[in-house]
Amino acid sequence: MSDPKIEGLELKPGFRGMAQDTGSDQTMFKGVHWGKAMMWIFLLSDTFIFSCFLISYMKGRGSTPVEWPNPSEVFALNAFGVPVPLLLIAIMTFVLITSSGTMALAVKYGYEKNRKMCGWLVLATALGGLTFVGMQAFEWSKLIHEGVRPWENPFGAPQFGSFFFMITGFHGTHVTFGVIFLFIYAYKVFAGHYDEGKRGWFTTMKGDYVEIEILGLYWHFVDLVWVFIFAFFYLW
Amino acid sequence: MDETKKKEQASTHKIGIYLWIWGLLFVLSFFSYMVDWYQFQGMLRWSLILFFMFLKAGLIMAFFMHLFWERYALVNVLLWPMTAIACFIFLMVAEFEYTLFTRIFYFAVGG
Repeated sequence: MSDPKIEGLELKPGFRGMAQDTGSDQTMFKGVHWGKAMMWIFLLSDTFIFSCFLISYMKGRGSTPVEWPNPSEVFALNAFGVPVPLLLIAIMTFVLITSSGTMALAVKYGYEKNRKMCGWLVLATALGGLTFVGMQAFEWSKLIHEGVRPWENPFGAPQFGSFFFMITGFHGTHVTFGVIFLFIYAYKVFAGHYDEGKRGWFTTMKGDYVEIEILGLYWHFVDLVWVFIFAFFYLW
Repeated sequence: MDETKKKEQASTHKIGIYLWIWGLLFVLSFFSYMVDWYQFQGMLRWSLILFFMFLKAGLIMAFFMHLFWERYALVNVLLWPMTAIACFIFLMVAEFEYTLFTRIFYFAVGG
């Protein structure tokens, strides 16, 4: 994470350190595992993809003279006979934040080589993600039953459906892949692959708990994207 | 061996910081839900939504994704490209305002 120590090299902090790292004729991201650096680069490109979706949504919503469906009514859910605005979305948000918290703790316990704790927390994260995907499937089917399609909907501007399915669908796909990998990694942690340094499938790299941090970066990113979708699509 | 041990020690943080951030994220999410619950409208609504959104995003990136502890070489490579996204947003705001204007204009005066 931080404070890398490299023999014969004094690493300065701040911008001076950045200039030296960049111009050192060596590896630029000092003390950062290559897998972690590559995950960050991937997440950066993913940021651009989601930004393009959200910007196109902004452009679509801003340029239509037809009234936009009111999300707090469209996504309301009946609880005890009373419509509660955004109820399901709020629960989904809390579930995702919970799973983000368990993931952060899993990374911490992984680095402390606490195999059991790390494994249970990764498993809890996977179950949280599974719950989220399940609720999203419920939300999609509810809206489809109400007649929301990518080209029309009974609530207002027809663009609503296409942006909704595109953005939440792409995010849901990310969550789904995350859940699959979380289950695989939970197994790998429990099986002790990171304690023995067992190799992965497509790599000569020896297993290490840094892989849990890399997986964690992906999972936090999924949560991060949801923060923006929640703000711009559901609340705006 | 000594080297790796040092690295391990440097790479764990106290559990308290994670629990704090976790709690803060819950509170901030609750607040942003309240923005909808109380049906704030207009500038107040938008500024509150953006404020809570950026605060949540910042906390996740800084502490859960450890950017607060990373070296500047990595942090800067990741954060500066965001200015390109900001530029794109400004361009598209100008674009949708123009599109909206022409649509309303030609709806009113006819093709």
